[in-house]
Amino acid sequence: MPNTVQNPLALVAELTHRCPLHCVYCSNPLELQARSSELSTETWSRVFKEAAEAGVLQADFTGGEPLARPDIVELIRSARAAGLYVSLITSGLPLDEVKLDLLVDAGLDHFQLSFQGAREETANDISGTKSHQHKLRVLEWVKRYRIGLTLNFVIHRQNIDELEEMLVIVKGSGAGCVEFASVQYYGWAFANRERLLPTRQQLDRCVERLKRAEEELQGRTRIVFVVPDYYAKYPKPCVGGWGRKLLLVTPHGEVLPCHAAPVIPGLKFENVKNRSLREIWECSEAFQKFRREDWMQEPCKSCDRRAQDFGGCRCQAMLLTADATATDPVCSLAPQRPKVDAILRQINDHSAQGTGSAATPITIQSDKIQWLYRPNPS
Amino acid sequence: MSLDLNSKPRLAAGCRMGENNNQRVLLMPERALRLHGPSLEIVSRCDGKHSVSQIIGELQLLYSKAEPHKVEQDILGYLDLLQKERALDFEAGAV
Repeated sequence: MPNTVQNPLALVAELTHRCPLHCVYCSNPLELQARSSELSTETWSRVFKEAAEAGVLQADFTGGEPLARPDIVELIRSARAAGLYVSLITSGLPLDEVKLDLLVDAGLDHFQLSFQGAREETANDISGTKSHQHKLRVLEWVKRYRIGLTLNFVIHRQNIDELEEMLVIVKGSGAGCVEFASVQYYGWAFANRERLLPTRQQLDRCVERLKRAEEELQGRTRIVFVVPDYYAKYPKPCVGGWGRKLLLVTPHGEVLPCHAAPVIPGLKFENVKNRSLREIWECSEAFQKFRREDWMQEPCKSCDRRAQDFGGCRCQAMLLTADATATDPVCSLAPQRPKVDAILRQINDHSAQGTGSAATPITIQSDKIQWLYRPNPS
Repeated sequence: MSLDLNSKPRLAAGCRMGENNNQRVLLMPERALRLHGPSLEIVSRCDGKHSVSQIIGELQLLYSKAEPHKVEQDILGYLDLLQKERALDFEAGAV
């Protein structure tokens, strides 16, 4: 029944898995796609046209690092020509003033700059690269243009106590939006979870501070806070519901309902090289799989919230319960919630003695932490 | 919050009008708003040239069957909402 399927609204264009950063929570899969298999400029241009025709409004250029594509200016131009709103989700590396000018000239609508911390030492440690100072320079350059600007602070146990200093960067930036996005536990973050999950006390302090920051910044900068869902009562409506709003195209052309979907065994993903985006959206097995409610188990099946959160995240259900059709175990109603509680207990009991009071933020010696850094694909 | 009636709203950085499947939309970072009827009439006048009171006047003419005070209140409420969403900047008007 293809005609009953709603249009996709957003295209996440994962242009490459190459990246100068090696963030310990990177959302890319553990198996990275090689440069030699990346889609050509022409194929991406066709994908943008097909996306707009299928109803997509926004293209989010991401990666890896989208700036690692030598044809990035051309890609922005062709997405704009197709009628899409173009966001660049970037670390700001590698970028200089000349290149930025070309990106804006090509029609870039929105620049989203990621930060790994407020202090250089933390940020460099988390990203496995000397990147922080350069990001601050990029921020100064971007301010000269009248384009959308969002700062994205990815937060977790090692940097959440730098919130006050992050807010100083936000206030000086003039950004229209700031996201404090808690790490979600997939990919490399899942591998590094024990070192990334914040304590409950850290999280409470953060929420409290952001409430005041919202008042301080009202009318200037919108604050978006993404809660680490292990601490939530109900699951997130992941990607706005499976196959309901968003589609993602990987560097070599596979079309996924979300970036983590390959963790679900048995799903077959189709490639833009072989089929149109609209056909894949409407008919492919992977998009159909969890689009409706027929796959649900109890308690989701009869739950009042099922049209709100769609049973939560399928990939998280898979990662934590080995069953992709289970209720997302972060849900307080999920039979498998005790698994999440056990993880939280371990984090909170373990760090109880070092957490300190609200007046003395904890500092953790980063050189004692054994991170699993993501490499660069060949 | 009360808006200055002489100020001139315009779309904030990163916000622009777009169209898809014959439907007008306001495109914003990470979000989009479908526009039709009054919302389209309001947003298309947020061009940095119309003052808030001019927008109100023009829409009161356009929707002459509606109670003028109600039209004014609806417009102010909508502009306020768009500002909170960071979709509008207000340039101070000449007094």
